[in-house]
Amino acid sequence: MNLWVILSVNSITFGGLLFLLSVGFALIFGLMRIPNLTHGSLFMLGAYFGVTLIAWGFNFWAAALVAGLGVALFGAIVERFILRRLVGAEMAQVLVTLGLAFMIADTCLMLWGGDPISVSTPPHAVGFTRVASVAFPTYRLVIIVIATAIAAALWAMIERTRLGARIRAAVDDPAMARVCGIRVSSLFTLVFALGAGLAGFAGVIGGPILSVYPGLDQDMLPLALVVVILGGTGRLMGSLVGSFVVAVLYNFGQALFPELAYVVLFLPMLIILVVRPQGLFGRAVL
Amino acid sequence: MKRIAIAVALLILATVPLWIGNSFYINIAAQVLIYAIFALSLNILAGYAGLVTLGHAGLFGVAAYTAGLLITSGHGQLVVALGSCAMTIAIAGVFAVLALRGTGLGFVMITVALGEICWGLAFRWISVTNGDNGVTINVRPHPFGFSLESAEAFYWATFAVFLLTIGSMAVFVASPFGAALRGTRDQPRRMTALGYNVWLTRFLAFLFSGFWSAVAGLLYLYYNQFISPEAVSLSSSAEALLMVIAGGSGTLLGPVIGAGLVVIMKDVASAYISRWNFVLGAIFVLIVVFMPDGLVPGSMRAWRWLNSRRVRTPVAATATPAIEVADDGA
Repeated sequence: MNLWVILSVNSITFGGLLFLLSVGFALIFGLMRIPNLTHGSLFMLGAYFGVTLIAWGFNFWAAALVAGLGVALFGAIVERFILRRLVGAEMAQVLVTLGLAFMIADTCLMLWGGDPISVSTPPHAVGFTRVASVAFPTYRLVIIVIATAIAAALWAMIERTRLGARIRAAVDDPAMARVCGIRVSSLFTLVFALGAGLAGFAGVIGGPILSVYPGLDQDMLPLALVVVILGGTGRLMGSLVGSFVVAVLYNFGQALFPELAYVVLFLPMLIILVVRPQGLFGRAVL
Repeated sequence: MKRIAIAVALLILATVPLWIGNSFYINIAAQVLIYAIFALSLNILAGYAGLVTLGHAGLFGVAAYTAGLLITSGHGQLVVALGSCAMTIAIAGVFAVLALRGTGLGFVMITVALGEICWGLAFRWISVTNGDNGVTINVRPHPFGFSLESAEAFYWATFAVFLLTIGSMAVFVASPFGAALRGTRDQPRRMTALGYNVWLTRFLAFLFSGFWSAVAGLLYLYYNQFISPEAVSLSSSAEALLMVIAGGSGTLLGPVIGAGLVVIMKDVASAYISRWNFVLGAIFVLIVVFMPDGLVPGSMRAWRWLNSRRVRTPVAATATPAIEVADDGA
């Protein structure tokens, strides 16, 4: 019984992290049609930035914010100076983002070394919180709260603000949006930076749970891919539900069938692809 | 002229062990050929069918792991080779059925996922694949009684297989089926209108490509006498794709040149700097940004441009972009 509760909490926490990671991926893919294979690397880069900032004496949450901003800036630079040159050439974008992913992974290995670095839980979130006679790790509850808050903020931004309306318009029909005077090109940079920043932020706050190690990028990227394939792109709801489905499959798969965790994770994705190629919620993207 | 160049190139390749004489370099030459076979097999999909896959190392791995496991469980060489090829073709069929559900980017993403499943199985399914420790085999096979233990013998055996590969590719590409495949790459809708079954054409190309990936995987296993999840990873798939794209996809020579370039660079680079992956990524970015159709078509175009400058005729850019998403309206 207890095992199931713990697995469920872990799944929800991990789902929250995955949401922060994959919502950016989905937005970037939905808006710009760029399959950003650096997304796992941005997550890892954020985590390493966070580690360094904390070592410099930053408060954990400040480190997470600054690391997120740093990764957002990095994303904006990549978008402006490299991906911008390849507009429309989707396959070239796949290859460039993949090449960048290798470069980032190798640079991280060079700068931070090959040993896993554990990130300590921020002091006020250590320990357990009792809810109805079950003790939950406080930090995991905090992550759930943060992810929910960010999801709500993103939803409000996309559905209720002018900027969000512009993004939706650009997702639906970039050419028409341009004609209407929306600066789609600046939106591209903004959304790419936002997605990158969220991934970097998720990397830091995921640190105490996942720790930071070379290969973290390659662990996270397929998960983000699965979320997007399951949930479709361009819609928050898809990413949200996709994240939790993937998190549940991943956590329960690892606990119950440790050797086949990847099969448990990818099999539903393949079934969905065969039955419903547009994803559970999205419009046709594939 | 072209025939003479090809004959000279083949003669040079055939006599590599004679004029190199150092078994270290002969082994590198054998590696180049193995990767050339793998890159050629990927080129069928990425180049001629316009289906850029990032999961091809998965097929390579299926072949090597199947063979390795069959050998360690005591099966004979013929069973090993046939079993591993049959297994890989079957898996390639599964890959094709799933991946061909998507087009363009969807196809790429599905192949990434499929490749990662293969990697995940190799890495995590420890009771079968021995996890990170990989599968080791003790001896290379003795086809028809020849020993392949020496570097020279293995090189020549690989070279023979390589000739077979590139010969079959040449026939394949020149055949009506090859033409139909290129048709499905460039104009899938028109091909459908002409009565071709686009899906089936792509599916068969996948199987053909899978078979030669299996051959490359087998040779890889025999060469290293070892297979580990590393060879199945996304970066292996990307490396193979880099070979194809660096050399020039959709050409027969390109992937071979690309394989030579990457393998030699890898050996040279890793001798001087330990940051091979950084170099790999940087080459990727540079080639895609500056020479998007690869070295062979790129230099051919430069050559034509130089020639045309001499006779002062305007050049029409006829080269189709090598990196292009198949526009499948279906």
